Amino acid sequence: MANFERFNPIPILKGLYTTFHSTFFEPVVTVQYPEEKRPVSKRFRGRHHLRRYDNGLEKCIGCALCAAACPADAIFVEASENNDDVRFSPGERYASTYEINMMRCIFCGYCEDACPTQAIELGDQYELSFTERVQAIYTRDMLLDTVDELEKATPRKVEPGAFDRSIPMMENPD
Amino acid sequence: MTEVLEEKTTKLVNLTIDNLEITAPEGTLIVDAAKLAGIDIPVFCYHPKMEPVGMCRMCLVDVGMPMRDRDTGETIMEKGKPKIQFGRELQTGCTVSVSEGMVVVGYTEKVKKGRQDILEFLLSSHPLDCPICDKGGECPLQNLTIGYGSGESRFDLEEKQHLAKHVPLGDLIWLDRERCIQCARCTRFQDEIVDQPVIGFQNRGRKLQIVTFSEPGFDSYWSGNTSDICPVGALTTADFRFGARPWEMQASASVCNQCSVNCNITFNTRREAKSGGDLVIKRAMPRQNEEVNEVWLCDKGRFAYTSVKKDDRLTQPLIREGETLVETTWEKALDLVAEKAKEAGKEMVSLVGGRLSNEDYFNINQLTAHLGGKSLLNSEMAGGDLVSQVGLGTGSNIADMGQGDAILIVASDLEEEAPLFWLRVKQAAERGAEVIIANARETRADRFAKYKIRIAFGQETAVILSMAGAKEGIAVEFLADDAKVKAAAKVFSEANNAVIYYGSDGLGLSGSEELSKACAFLLSETKHTGRPNNGLVAVWNKANLQGAWDMGFRPSETLAADLKNAKFAYVVGNDPASKDILEKSLKDTDFVVVQDVRLSETAEIADVVLPAQVYTEREGTYTSAERRVQRFYPAVPAPEMTKPDYKITAKIAKRLDLSLEKIAASLVFLDLAEKVADYAELDYVRLAEVTEQWPIIGRDDLFYGGTSYQNTQGLGKQISPAIETETIKYEAFVPSVLSKKDEFLAVPVTTLYDRGSTMLSSEVLQPRIADPYVILNTADAEKLGVEAGVQISVKLNGKTANVTAKLDDSLAKGIVLVPRSMGIPISDPGSITIKAK
Ligand code: SF4
Ligand code: SF4
Ligand code: FES
Repeated sequence: MANFERFNPIPILKGLYTTFHSTFFEPVVTVQYPEEKRPVSKRFRGRHHLRRYDNGLEKCIGCALCAAACPADAIFVEASENNDDVRFSPGERYASTYEINMMRCIFCGYCEDACPTQAIELGDQYELSFTERVQAIYTRDMLLDTVDELEKATPRKVEPGAFDRSIPMMENPD
Repeated sequence: MTEVLEEKTTKLVNLTIDNLEITAPEGTLIVDAAKLAGIDIPVFCYHPKMEPVGMCRMCLVDVGMPMRDRDTGETIMEKGKPKIQFGRELQTGCTVSVSEGMVVVGYTEKVKKGRQDILEFLLSSHPLDCPICDKGGECPLQNLTIGYGSGESRFDLEEKQHLAKHVPLGDLIWLDRERCIQCARCTRFQDEIVDQPVIGFQNRGRKLQIVTFSEPGFDSYWSGNTSDICPVGALTTADFRFGARPWEMQASASVCNQCSVNCNITFNTRREAKSGGDLVIKRAMPRQNEEVNEVWLCDKGRFAYTSVKKDDRLTQPLIREGETLVETTWEKALDLVAEKAKEAGKEMVSLVGGRLSNEDYFNINQLTAHLGGKSLLNSEMAGGDLVSQVGLGTGSNIADMGQGDAILIVASDLEEEAPLFWLRVKQAAERGAEVIIANARETRADRFAKYKIRIAFGQETAVILSMAGAKEGIAVEFLADDAKVKAAAKVFSEANNAVIYYGSDGLGLSGSEELSKACAFLLSETKHTGRPNNGLVAVWNKANLQGAWDMGFRPSETLAADLKNAKFAYVVGNDPASKDILEKSLKDTDFVVVQDVRLSETAEIADVVLPAQVYTEREGTYTSAERRVQRFYPAVPAPEMTKPDYKITAKIAKRLDLSLEKIAASLVFLDLAEKVADYAELDYVRLAEVTEQWPIIGRDDLFYGGTSYQNTQGLGKQISPAIETETIKYEAFVPSVLSKKDEFLAVPVTTLYDRGSTMLSSEVLQPRIADPYVILNTADAEKLGVEAGVQISVKLNGKTANVTAKLDDSLAKGIVLVPRSMGIPISDPGSITIKAK
């Protein structure tokens, strides 16, 4: 009998109530990853993108300031010279090699801060997994934004003398 | 450190700079005195190697002088200290020299404001494209703006001037007009330092621009230096445009191997994607050595590294199987080489080129001696043995020569043969040294020479002998009473110090040997031996010919026969088969081993080819024409299967029961120092020693001296000539006279930009190479109906070639100058036939 006296149903009922309440009356907080994905915050820092101007020319000028700012030494940049027949970027110089080792990167965003043309931006993508080391190296082609119209692709031939400033002064050169 | 300046003036003055009490020699400029005391005064236009011009006003300081009583002239005292009166305006520290009691202040608000304003002006039209500028990261304008600028501008951005950013000043230098701050360092360098004012200012004020006056543009051997001293990124070199950011590169010390001056260089290296991620050389910069190249380099030396290509390298030992060379292993190749060498025994010869290191020469010579063979040098110049007897005395520095000293240049176009020697002699002439030139034609050194003795080709030896006053058995009558020769001889013998530079202008091997003897005799007759700044310098046309002589190699008059009769030829670092006659004799040699870095013409006919390493991939030492032994260090990794020459030789030697050092160049050098008396006191540690140098260059203060590198890896050591103990005996001989049976006599001369492998395989230097040419006397040309620039056909040594004709008034009639390595092989003076087309 003593045992019966010690049985107290209240806590169990309380627990059942919580389950009942959250199941039927509270909003769902878990997501069914990977079928479902949670939106990331505005300031989220994921995999990088190399941006283009509206006219399709590449913003990156190959200055390697991102590489200099990178605390993990994850970025490797090599520059080359543009000309009007083979133009990548509006200025004199563009990045002919641009590589980020995503295994080294700590996603601090310093490269974004260092970039004088806002060419490099950290995006939303966080699903970076590799089965081989070399896959972790994102090259220029993987990082560059794609273009939807063929005439916006780079490199391309442009009107001679149209882009004579070393670093474009304007937000979006035509 | 002050001693450097003290030598020039003895009187010292006391002054105060930024509250620091210092002593400096009278006449020192404020900026230099401050630098010596460790205080930085920012400068743009001032450069310690050039006269001050006070153009940029960046060096503003407040200068105060002790006040004096007008009546008594006494210094007015205030609280026990002299009362200081400051000027109303700020002064430029680069144009004012120090004086007793002066007080210089650089930290007051007034000075700060002044410098801020100057920077604001300088930046008013500057494009501020630092992110893409090659100077960004090592730019005086950038650094001084951060240090002294206000960070703000009152000028309107829209009013900035937009100028051409991509102007090829010449083939080697690009100009960005927007970045120029009009300091005139570049134009003054070309004018003052190298006497070639091919660039200059055009227009005035904001419209001022740098332009080139020469055709082709910026036609000078010195153009790369302007890019080092330009305080902004206005002048950039063609090899490095956008090549890398300065902070991304590693620096490694080296020595230029393009000529016998052996300028100190720093190679900047970085991994490069297009080279498959390999470490490669991105640029070559001067490394300060005030006794060799100061802070300068000639363009050939600066850009020569671009000629080394990865894909034309030998990377595997090759062995002959029938008609072809097939790849093999080191073991097999070395075994075969050793077997054949043993069979040949005494009948083997080693033939080396002029660009190996002392360690290589030493090991090869040891091996050759072990077998009893001959150690031969593939060179058309002689006299290295005499240089080791009467060469420059220890402690020589041409920069110490001036008033009361004499320098004799004979048979040498000094700027073409050894550009930095030309520069150093020019500076000595400006300090008052008497320069005597005995050449058969006009050269750029004539411009600063006091005595110009115009001789005929072939008279070089005679003129030197007649200067020495030699009598017996010498046919020198035709010069004996030439007043100029006598006057020059007097100046030379009476000079406190005297140096002779003899070159190879118009000379073959035998001519060169006679000339060197005559020069040594003249020096010994006039007692200009065995002391600092006295002695003989052979202006070798290869980097380490002096080292080759010192290690026991000698050129041979009968090289073709020597090769032909040899059972075994060990050809290292040279390409005899590129000359027809030697190719023929090599075909008769029983067994030919070639050790080189590329598949040369000789390698193609060899029995075994061993892949060696380029000097940028390994360690070693060179001995300069002034007999300074200097170390070079590896800059880039070598291809996997290659080995340094000394190691290959040691491996062959081991199979022949001779033990030679092979582990490291430094250890080979220890052996060498034991066996070669002149090198006895040297080792790698001593060669790496450095002492303070003036001006202070290449540290944080890039604005002061440019982007040259500080020397931290060794100034090298000059070795002493033997004459301190012996005297030269005169052997009577009759100088050979050039016979001129035919109408035209071809004489070999040297040109810096030749068609040798360095020039031809460098894309950067290629545009500077001329088409094959010969130079004729104007009158001769007229007779032949040849105009300047037309194609003519010449026949020399049985070979016909089509070349461009160039004309020269100063040339004697009947003489045709044939540049070496310029398409027409020539080793000795000889007759030539010319046909107009
Ligand atoms: S991404 Fe920006 S910082 Fe990096 S190299 Fe390009 S322009 Fe320079
Ligand atoms: S190009 Fe450079 S060195 Fe020449 S004047 Fe302009 S800033 Fe000075
Ligand atoms: S005015 Fe003195 S450094 Fe230019």
